[in-house]
Amino acid sequence: MQGLDFSVIPPYADILWTGVWWTAILTVSAGAISFVFGIVFAVTVLYAPKIVTWPVRAFMWLFMGTPLLLQLFLIYYGLGQLDFKIPALVAGIVGLGLHFAVYNADVLRAGIVAVDAGQSEGARSIGFGKFQTLRYVVVPQAIRNTVPAIGNNLIALLKESSLVSIIGIAELVHSAQLAISETYRPFEFYIVAAALYYILNLVLEAGLRRVEQNVEVSR
Amino acid sequence: MDFSLIQRVFPFFVEAAWVTIEISALSLALGLVVAFLVAAAKMSRSLPLRAFGSAYVSLFRGTPCLIQLFVLYFGGPQIGINLEPFAAGVIGLGLNIGAYMAEAIRGAILSVDRGQAEAARSIGFSRMQTMRKVILPQAARMMIRPLGVNTVALVKGSALVSTISVVELTYTAQRFIGSTYKPFEIFGVAAVLYMIIIYVVARIVDLLDRRYAIV
Repeated sequence: MQGLDFSVIPPYADILWTGVWWTAILTVSAGAISFVFGIVFAVTVLYAPKIVTWPVRAFMWLFMGTPLLLQLFLIYYGLGQLDFKIPALVAGIVGLGLHFAVYNADVLRAGIVAVDAGQSEGARSIGFGKFQTLRYVVVPQAIRNTVPAIGNNLIALLKESSLVSIIGIAELVHSAQLAISETYRPFEFYIVAAALYYILNLVLEAGLRRVEQNVEVSR
Repeated sequence: MDFSLIQRVFPFFVEAAWVTIEISALSLALGLVVAFLVAAAKMSRSLPLRAFGSAYVSLFRGTPCLIQLFVLYFGGPQIGINLEPFAAGVIGLGLNIGAYMAEAIRGAILSVDRGQAEAARSIGFSRMQTMRKVILPQAARMMIRPLGVNTVALVKGSALVSTISVVELTYTAQRFIGSTYKPFEIFGVAAVLYMIIIYVVARIVDLLDRRYAIV
């Protein structure tokens, strides 16, 4: 038993702070991908011809039924095998983004179906095309109604972004590991990393609450 | 597709799938116990217990499961907790999923109509009797689905214990991807096995749901 000594933390504050930033960057960029592709997948599954729908469905099914960590290995090593020399950072963002895009698509698909049929009938009858109806009438309402669920997925994404440290991306967990490799103080640094994630989580939750309120007001 | 490779590695994957099943089942058992205790604490009349329950759920759901495992496995020895990887994995996953399942249980209990408890109390049932004989039997049915969803998440989350060197499905996949450079084939094998496990869990949940459904 080594005992605990949190005075080892301050010299590594800079490294941990860099890690916090990279975790934030990962969450925001992967979150953006997961949102955009979530919409694309949801609309595809509902409206595209069968020949397009089928592969997207299969992809969603595969990504919902397997662990994120396994998917990250597939994307990181898989794209390497196909002669794309992609850096770990890109693999991490794409992997996280696609994983959560599938979950967002699941939510949004239900949201789109739940939009009252009269909305698209109304839009069509005043001369909107099929795409315009989706783009300006149906999808915006579906997004608004699913904000809480998509927010929950983003919170999960923040926490799961810790996994990309395994493929060597220098985010918060990786920063902690770096400090541990020099100090041999895993308990202290992992606890501090956990506390930093907790704070990031609180900040994100506060942000999402504001978004939800804005959505309420504009109704 | 390299089918001879798949044939060669398959036995290792079957063994690894059993480890995934074992670790999921054991952490499910631990998680359910933790969940009932935490849910009871959160709904108790004692303020310290309620505070403990809320803090437990908030901390375990507010931080990554990966970090929780690392604190336990790598940090544990510093405070006198020396665990084998497998035991650390079961305890770490169980404590984590317990926080999520506690909320599922609490949600189910709260969804039972208030009138049920009021009626039971007014015909002279004690708080404990009301909970055991009136509320829980009704809430139990409502818990099956959400707890099933959590169990599927647990099976997928069990991949995390590969990072503390438990030789389960994802660990095995990573090792073979590294040694064969055939990520798609190896992913395919691991994916099929995960899907089979998750399919079986989902079927069991369906059966339970139908068995205890209120018709």
